[in-house]
Amino acid sequence: MADHEYEIPDDCQYTESDEWVRVDGSIVRVGITDYAQSELNDIVFVELPETGRQLEKGEAFGVVESVKAVSDLLAPLAGEITEVHGRLSEHPEWLNEDPYGRGWIIALNPEDLEALDSLMSPAEYRAHVKARAGK
Amino acid sequence: MSDAGAPLARTPLWSRHLDAGARLVPFAGWEMPVTYSSILDEHRAVRTRAGLFDVSHMGEIRLRGPGALELAQALFTNDVAGAEVGRVRYGLLCLESGGVVDDVTLYRTGASEVLFCVNASNVAADREWMREVHARTKSRCEIADESEATALLAIQGPAALEIVARLLPPGFTRPKLWHFADTRLGSLPVLLSRTGYTGEDGYEIFVDAARAVALWDLLREAGGERLALAGLGARDTLRTEAAYPLYGHELDREHDPIEAGLERFVAFGRGFTGEAALRARVDAGPRRRLVGLVLEGRQVARPGFRIASDLGDGVVTSGTFGPTVDRSIALGYAPAGLTAGARLHVEIRGKHLPCEVVATPFYRRKRG
Repeated sequence: MADHEYEIPDDCQYTESDEWVRVDGSIVRVGITDYAQSELNDIVFVELPETGRQLEKGEAFGVVESVKAVSDLLAPLAGEITEVHGRLSEHPEWLNEDPYGRGWIIALNPEDLEALDSLMSPAEYRAHVKARAGK
Repeated sequence: MSDAGAPLARTPLWSRHLDAGARLVPFAGWEMPVTYSSILDEHRAVRTRAGLFDVSHMGEIRLRGPGALELAQALFTNDVAGAEVGRVRYGLLCLESGGVVDDVTLYRTGASEVLFCVNASNVAADREWMREVHARTKSRCEIADESEATALLAIQGPAALEIVARLLPPGFTRPKLWHFADTRLGSLPVLLSRTGYTGEDGYEIFVDAARAVALWDLLREAGGERLALAGLGARDTLRTEAAYPLYGHELDREHDPIEAGLERFVAFGRGFTGEAALRARVDAGPRRRLVGLVLEGRQVARPGFRIASDLGDGVVTSGTFGPTVDRSIALGYAPAGLTAGARLHVEIRGKHLPCEVVATPFYRRKRG
């Protein structure tokens, strides 16, 4: 699998725990990366948070479960959840099929947009994935 | 269990798995394919068409000699003498306490010979246990571990028989369920067994390790698009839907076959090791029983999660999302007395999720 190319879009920033963040006007959208969905394999359940919840950076806000594993979703930034992609409850497979599109999970109103700079760039994230996939 | 840090063993098909893009993971000391693309797709392929599994990590131990049947019966909970040559039986190897050393299939390969197919994680422990019992019975036979020289493929699913039929010698009558035959597929000598671990019809095929790649290629060619490669991930979801126990989950040395609901594989009166303890367990009635659970939501109950009922606590031993039954299903030990329809809870990450005890298997194929 070491030479497998995972999709890592240039218009996102990334966390070490394999969430992506994409700026969308004054809010950001958050999901899990292609690498994360591939590692989990078929996702069968998503536990989603409530809109309006205030998150600290790194706080667990949900859970994704696949046939073989379970993984916490961690907030990439501090902020308030402004939108939750509720249809994922019915369609957890969207996280596998289109992790950066239909598989988006929440929208956040970040406390501080500049905190985005603390996240990984696509190049940094690519190296982070490679380091683990090459093990 | 393998030593931490010990190099992982590879089956003869390792490079075929790599070529097919498999995700390889450590399993019982082996580097095994967990999936080639999608566990769900592989699961569905086995339920609707056919899947090909490399299960060469499994062990094969042969007893041979005039005392082979005697030793086999001293080890094996099911009836040995009643299994005619060509017959396969499932059963347990038990300690005197009734605790399970391993769950195995016994092949009656000859008048004075049997072959045990055993779990990869238990090959060494089984061998040791067989020698211990052998020292007591002093049966005139040898115990030969043939695991390394033997590969095992499984082809399972509604199309499996037809795919294999193309490769069989003309006029060959396929073995009935729970029977096997020595035959050839193409030019390759194999032991063809009408058994499996998926809940589907199909075969498990023993072959010389040196011929495993040739057999793999032959089956893939005969199967074409109807035959998907399937990894251990799908094998686990398939066996869980079929409610087959997995050693280390439902079975271990602290649990006995009666608690595990495997009474039908225990033939009393044959003198196997542990018989007295199992008899006492039946007479007294087990305090815990393995039950099937269906959860209300889609969350998965993982091994070790607590089961809470009015009668007391239990523990989940296996759980998955069942792709064919389309429900979150689990097996676990719960206080005896909980029957189908009983409502209880599984504790998942601090939450109590409602579930119901159901009769197993969760999935049963329609027999054509």
